[in-house]
Amino acid sequence: MHNNEKHKREPRFHIAKRDALVWWKAWLIRGCAVLTALVVSGIITVLLTGLNPIGVYATMIDGAFGTTRRIWSLFQNIAMLLCVGVAVTPAFKMRFWNIGAEGQVLVGGLATAACMILFSETLSTPVLFIVMIAASILAGMVWAVIPAFFRANWNTNETLFTLMMNYIAIQLVSFFTYQWSVPKGSGQIGVINRATKIGWLPAIGGHSYLLNILVVLALTVFMYFYLRHSKHGYEISVVGESENTARYIGINVKKVIIRTMLLSGAICGIAGLLLVSGTDHTITRDTVAGRGFTAIMVSWLAKFNPLYMILTSFLIVFLQKGAVEISTTFGLNDSFSDILTGIIIFFIIGSEFFINYAIKARTVQKGENA
Amino acid sequence: MLVTFIQRAVVQGIPLLLGSTGEIITEKSGNLNLGIPGIMYVGGISGVIGAFLYEQSLASPAAINPFLAVFIPLFCSILGSLLMGLIYAVLTVTLRANQNVTGLALTTFGVGFGNFFGGSLIKLAKSDMPSISLTATSNCFRQTLPFANDLGWFGKIFFSYSFLVYAAIIIALLASYVLNRTRIGLHLRAVGENPATADAAGINVSLYKYAATCVGSVVAGLGGLYYVMDYASGVWSNNGFGDRGWLAIALVIFAVWRPNVSILGSILFGGLFIVHNYIPNLSVSMQEIFKMLPYVVTIIVLVVISMRESRENQPPAHLGVSYFREER
Amino acid sequence: MEAHTAAAIELKHIVKTFGSVVANQDICLTVNRGEILSILGENGSGKTTLMNIISGIYFPDAGQIFINGEEAVIRSPKDAFDYKIGMIHQHFKLVDVFSAAENIVLGFPEKDGFNIKRSAQRIKDISEQYGFDLDPMKKIYDMSVSEKQMVEIIKVLYRGADILILDEPTAVLTPQETQNLFAILRRMRDTGKAIVIITHKLHEVLSLSDRVSVLRKGEYIGTVQTAETSEAELTEMMVGKKISLNIDRSEPENPQDRLVVEHLNCVDRSGVKILNDVSFTARSGEILGIAGIAGSGQRELLESIAGLQSLQNGEILYHNPKTGAVENLRDKTPLQIRELGVRLSFVPEDRLGMGLVGNMDIVDNMMLRSYRSGKSAMLDRKAPRNLAERIIDQLDVVTPNANTPVRRLSGGNVQKVLVGREIASAPTVLMAAYPVRGLDINSSYLIYNLLNQQKEKGVAVVFVGEDLDVLLELCDRIMVISSGKITGVVDGRSATKEQVGLLMTKTEEGDSNA
Repeated sequence: MHNNEKHKREPRFHIAKRDALVWWKAWLIRGCAVLTALVVSGIITVLLTGLNPIGVYATMIDGAFGTTRRIWSLFQNIAMLLCVGVAVTPAFKMRFWNIGAEGQVLVGGLATAACMILFSETLSTPVLFIVMIAASILAGMVWAVIPAFFRANWNTNETLFTLMMNYIAIQLVSFFTYQWSVPKGSGQIGVINRATKIGWLPAIGGHSYLLNILVVLALTVFMYFYLRHSKHGYEISVVGESENTARYIGINVKKVIIRTMLLSGAICGIAGLLLVSGTDHTITRDTVAGRGFTAIMVSWLAKFNPLYMILTSFLIVFLQKGAVEISTTFGLNDSFSDILTGIIIFFIIGSEFFINYAIKARTVQKGENA
Repeated sequence: MLVTFIQRAVVQGIPLLLGSTGEIITEKSGNLNLGIPGIMYVGGISGVIGAFLYEQSLASPAAINPFLAVFIPLFCSILGSLLMGLIYAVLTVTLRANQNVTGLALTTFGVGFGNFFGGSLIKLAKSDMPSISLTATSNCFRQTLPFANDLGWFGKIFFSYSFLVYAAIIIALLASYVLNRTRIGLHLRAVGENPATADAAGINVSLYKYAATCVGSVVAGLGGLYYVMDYASGVWSNNGFGDRGWLAIALVIFAVWRPNVSILGSILFGGLFIVHNYIPNLSVSMQEIFKMLPYVVTIIVLVVISMRESRENQPPAHLGVSYFREER
Repeated sequence: MEAHTAAAIELKHIVKTFGSVVANQDICLTVNRGEILSILGENGSGKTTLMNIISGIYFPDAGQIFINGEEAVIRSPKDAFDYKIGMIHQHFKLVDVFSAAENIVLGFPEKDGFNIKRSAQRIKDISEQYGFDLDPMKKIYDMSVSEKQMVEIIKVLYRGADILILDEPTAVLTPQETQNLFAILRRMRDTGKAIVIITHKLHEVLSLSDRVSVLRKGEYIGTVQTAETSEAELTEMMVGKKISLNIDRSEPENPQDRLVVEHLNCVDRSGVKILNDVSFTARSGEILGIAGIAGSGQRELLESIAGLQSLQNGEILYHNPKTGAVENLRDKTPLQIRELGVRLSFVPEDRLGMGLVGNMDIVDNMMLRSYRSGKSAMLDRKAPRNLAERIIDQLDVVTPNANTPVRRLSGGNVQKVLVGREIASAPTVLMAAYPVRGLDINSSYLIYNLLNQQKEKGVAVVFVGEDLDVLLELCDRIMVISSGKITGVVDGRSATKEQVGLLMTKTEEGDSNA
């Protein structure tokens, strides 16, 4: 009866939470995930296009870095994605799932476009810029603070609320694109002030995107210090980690939620400004192009660290540019990039498991019944 | 006029009904699957791919076998959505990844997948068709009851639809019944409300989460299939499905997590979606304002249920949270 | 003595670790049919972990479990049910939005299918059989704590379990309810069931159980027959060596009223009265102990003074020793209280959930109280770093460095960090809720000394404790709270344990339904 070997139903391993992994091991795991994802993406591309594997990556690199224009476009796209990522990060650190950045950016862009259309003849350029900046920030803040207000006071589910706000913003933009469409009734605004370029962000040294990139870099650095070294940032961390502790030390949780979402919305508004006034010079339903959602992944993959977010947004934009190049070369639909983005994110979020949890083999001790 | 409106509202509502029923089943297990819009795209395009390949293999459209014409797309659609559900479940249940991020990635992937194959299928299959137009298959899907037209307005409102419409309503009723009247439903709700308790009661939490997510995905995917095969008459156009996936998630809230309420809700949403077409002298721009209505209504419902102190009609308590047993 | 029946459960060399914490180290235990076995141990001795292993919540890292002499592998609670093991958890495992009946049948595959009405009838039958008063269709969120426990117990009975494990079942019960429960348990024992009761209350062990097994710090110490043992022997087994507590206690110097609390009333979310006309005075230079059964309103009392609990009525008057001014703290937020110049420190019961942030390092946790100081919008981490280093040094906090997240420290070290920080702000009132819970002897004494030092500095110390011996040796006055009502204030030097124990259970007979 003692040594009846009845191990057939024992689980061979179990999962335990890790205390903490050495930082380089964690990054090694993430690196491996990215690499595996790239290989899988490569294989899929080869299967679809018949291109040789080396060719796949060469085409992708060419798509991202091939010409000076492409490099500028690459950095411009990184900057815009990063900007929205920076905007959503403080809310996420607070565990406020703002998935409404898409709408917040869009209303910021709409406010900018409105100023450009309505005031181009009445206001002088410096005043117009001030009005544009103020209007875009205000619009983003309003869009962000509405769900924050309800969450703070009645604990209304912010994920679903902010999600709905996106579509209200999109319909609002649709409404105005018909109102202001050129030519009338076409449903498109077209390039605003094409001839006069009134309300366009100026090119620095002949590079029209440089200002955008610099603004976003400044915002990124600001956000890093704000979260890590400011009192507000500290309060955000405490609220995110434990609302009970926040109450205990007298942090006004409601105030922090609303203040943080105002900041988040303000930066989204700026992103809208940069997209409309600094990039597209028009507004459509698709101006934000899903960045509000992609930015969530950028922020999350970077562990809410604005400096790491430069890397993660680079990775995603590089993939998108590369994939678009492949689809163009082979006459395929450029949604191919979304497929690759999806794959790489699946791999990275999957890899987090191996960073946070350890799979331990069960140590079976036999013959101990002395 | 009113009869046509109701009929069109039902037709508009069915993809939302399927999507929201699928999402309710999923959310009842505690998984907030924001990948539903992507899954619905995949459900649609998978069916299109199946039907496309089947039609390509035929000598002439007239040779179509009605059973296969329905079965092949249906099977492909179910398979596609099932795989999507599995991706979500593996990542969030087994690997405990963040549900919001996973769901959004799944939507990016799924919408991309749909648009990519929608835009590239002809080239990849080296076909000489000008565009994806599966009229023959669609006709099989759109078979309606023969006596509908003989019953006047009554027939038009109740019997003028294709089989997927009735299937959607039956699925919603069935889901409602299973959730509220069976042991499986009780267990599923327990998993979403309090997984630790469910676990302690001997319920396999992971299994329920997997099953609910996969079944939910398949149901939602049928919404995509219905849209392309029936509503869009077999013509796939990229982004044609639009934001209906998100509207389906909105409908979940509107229906306060009850599939049977969702049936009426979907018709209401469908009506709100098209009401601008039935208001005379409405400018094009005002139509866009009217399209906001479903979202505004959803927000109002969301706010009202959170303001009421009632413990009923709330989201599942552990919605959006991964479960790990040894947490302490 | 002799094994006349096959052991219901036999545990052999069970090991369970959580990260670096060893919760169970080489545990061997036997439970027989037709007996009540008590598992005795202090908080954190590994009792609950061990029972969770038997009931399939945790899986052991090593060791074997035998049920009725056969080796069993219990991977999940379902496996445990299959072995007819039923566990009644200390923290109820109930789904709030479900009815009692739905909770009871949850996870239980009845052979004749799912029918909630029929199940409700069966529950009624069981309730009548054992004298429970329970409406099977009542929702859990409408229930009182004792009703919820009834649901938990009926759940196990419903499944026909013949091995019952109860984790500290009496903590939330009135004495009368406790007697009822014990009667039921004895009846079950007499029908041949094996019953395990986890507790740290010695008198319950002695009055109820047939045998007692003692755990200490995750290790198995031994098993004795209840009839052949004594309170002293069990205590010794439980705490390791016979300890006369010998806590230093100085005479209060020049005690003055510091905190005067008058007629506090408060209700919880479901409208149940938690504080019932509570009035007392805390004086400078003395330690006021608060004794009571867990959950009698101690937490709400301290939280309402700290500005975390909204009150129906009452006054909290603070006498400022510097200015002589009297401030009413009622309905003030913690921040407003501090801005009034009230130096109130509070060591809450929930250390990592309220007092500290587990994922932050020691330095950042030091800042919780002080980060607002200074006009700058930026944080100054220098002073908190120095404070962290000083606390680590002076209180012997075992940690790799000051940048270690507190979540990774052991319980005693977590508490040292928390108490160290609260004392560092030179309080005039210091409230500590269960400050030695789960701590080893050395850490406990360190905390007692710190409290005594504060008292000697003229601080008004409020100490909520659960161990009567400690309360009687440490405190100058002891206030007893029962069901939210103050049932008496006694002198710490002259009062007896029985006296306090009696006050702790008083309200039930005194003035019942108000």
